[in-house]
Amino acid sequence: MPQEVSLREAYGKTLVELGKANPDIVVLDADLSRSTMTRFFAREFPNRFFDCGIAEQNMVVIAAGLAASGKIPFASTFAVFVPGRCFDQIRMSIAYSQLNVKLVTTHGGISVGEDGASHHSVEDLSLIGSLPGFTVIVPADAIETAQAVKVVAATNGPFYIRLCRPKLPLVYNEDYRFNLGKAVTMRQGMDATVIAIGIMVSAALEAADNLRRHGIDCRVLNMPTLKPIDEAAIIKAASETGAIVTAEDHLEHGGLGSIIAQVVARHHPVPMEFVAIKDTYAKSGKATELLQKYGLTAKDIEQAVHRVIKKK
Amino acid sequence: MSLSEWGNSSKTTSADNTRAEVFSSLSVKEMEAIAKRLRRHIITMTGKAGSGHPGGSLSAVEIVTALYFMVLRHKPSDPQWADRDRFILSKGHAAPLLYATLAECGYFPVDELATLRQLDSRLQGHTDRVVTPGVEMSAGALGQGLSFAIGVALAGRLNSQNYRVYVLLGDGECDEGQIWEAAMAAAHFKLDNLVAIVDNNGQQIDGWNRDVMSLDPFSDKWQAFGWHVIEVNGHELTRLIEAFDQAKLVKGKPTVIIAHTIKGKGVSFMENNPDFHGKVPNAEEVEIALKELE
Repeated sequence: MPQEVSLREAYGKTLVELGKANPDIVVLDADLSRSTMTRFFAREFPNRFFDCGIAEQNMVVIAAGLAASGKIPFASTFAVFVPGRCFDQIRMSIAYSQLNVKLVTTHGGISVGEDGASHHSVEDLSLIGSLPGFTVIVPADAIETAQAVKVVAATNGPFYIRLCRPKLPLVYNEDYRFNLGKAVTMRQGMDATVIAIGIMVSAALEAADNLRRHGIDCRVLNMPTLKPIDEAAIIKAASETGAIVTAEDHLEHGGLGSIIAQVVARHHPVPMEFVAIKDTYAKSGKATELLQKYGLTAKDIEQAVHRVIKKK
Repeated sequence: MSLSEWGNSSKTTSADNTRAEVFSSLSVKEMEAIAKRLRRHIITMTGKAGSGHPGGSLSAVEIVTALYFMVLRHKPSDPQWADRDRFILSKGHAAPLLYATLAECGYFPVDELATLRQLDSRLQGHTDRVVTPGVEMSAGALGQGLSFAIGVALAGRLNSQNYRVYVLLGDGECDEGQIWEAAMAAAHFKLDNLVAIVDNNGQQIDGWNRDVMSLDPFSDKWQAFGWHVIEVNGHELTRLIEAFDQAKLVKGKPTVIIAHTIKGKGVSFMENNPDFHGKVPNAEEVEIALKELE
């Protein structure tokens, strides 16, 4: 098993690194700095850290004001509060205003576990992805997280990065360089393509290994940039493998699957299957139990690949 | 103290004597004439556009006149001047007032006011910071400007810049919970470079504030949130300028100026008439209004 590393910790440490290099980096949190790990930055740069208390709407618009004044604000809390609770604030003061605000949320998806549905962010990618001008990133491991955060800091415009609560197995080595807007081919294959994000990338790789034992040669793409999506990689996958399965810890509607289906329908229609949370809210339970119950495991991906290949 | 004396005293206390390119020494009379011109612009442009929000634009005319023609250090020829004082219009529906003011200052031609709300105009129905020179914030969804102003004020402090941040709120806007999140935060961060002005015209779309959603005791609320509170007649330029000067002396906390105003001020049939919050005068009413504002 590859080593499991915290994405949140990678985020917190990268912020410190960025803060040392650039005095314009500022960080905001809404009373969750111990969980989002912005605490590392707060310790190092207390003057450039603003805890806004339990007031997320205020926090994101303060971030907008800082950005309008030349700062590079990173604002963090749980994914269930940003963008959901602050949608209008993000829409008006960041997206429509075209401001250089970086929203980095943690605890995305049902892998949050025991806290239950109130804390399961399963709509955030749909919400934030609907906003013109936003770039949306879901890293697959700690190495990609650190890389993406650095690229985001150096790139002007509104960004959303979604991290998850559990530690994830490393799918990259230290040589990996995050390429904004580009899919990463994790496995070559010609029978079908699995396109995954975040926590589902390692599950997709496991599924591909198992499928290979059954003689199915499955391509795996990691799609860390959800928006703008890498259309070329999707079209190539559709035309070369003739079937696509998407996998995400998010509701089926409006997330990765919907975005990819739009590209596929427009450019190269092929059968698709969607590994995602169906139209429901999950319950309390251990992350692994929930992923199993709501159909987000390697096995679910394998079954989806079997189904999609039958439709070819 | 006469207004010109106030103008002089502001000048000498100002760290930057480029405070404004053209407006540093206007008399009260001159500023009153400007205020009247702004009112005429508001009537003409909303009348021509056929929609818009004249009532809450007219109530804040003196507040914005005092700021742009006396208090703010700004350069119409360089809207992005790094050390400019910031004016943030949180009640974005008062865009006609801001546009008229910016045009009178020279940020863009006065002729352009006639394009309000038209397709491809730089003058959007509600403010848009991306397209209009001099507009600091895109507003229109209420309740966000005070938070935005906090961000701008924090940046100024981090950069050791001495610009001041002024944000204009509507009283009805203070129904929004985010205003009070921000009120708490501004005091917590001890932002004495931040001044909020409430255009306290007492009305919102559905009627009087006290009938729709009571704000009282309004001044006590701000005080309890840790603000220095000044109450003034929001149609008296001299009093407003005094209040802005007093706010400069307050240290360690933000200041709110509750400016008591009259919605639709200056036009007899629009005054205190909530119908003219989001309704514009028709051609005949425009004519009457402009006569009253001669």
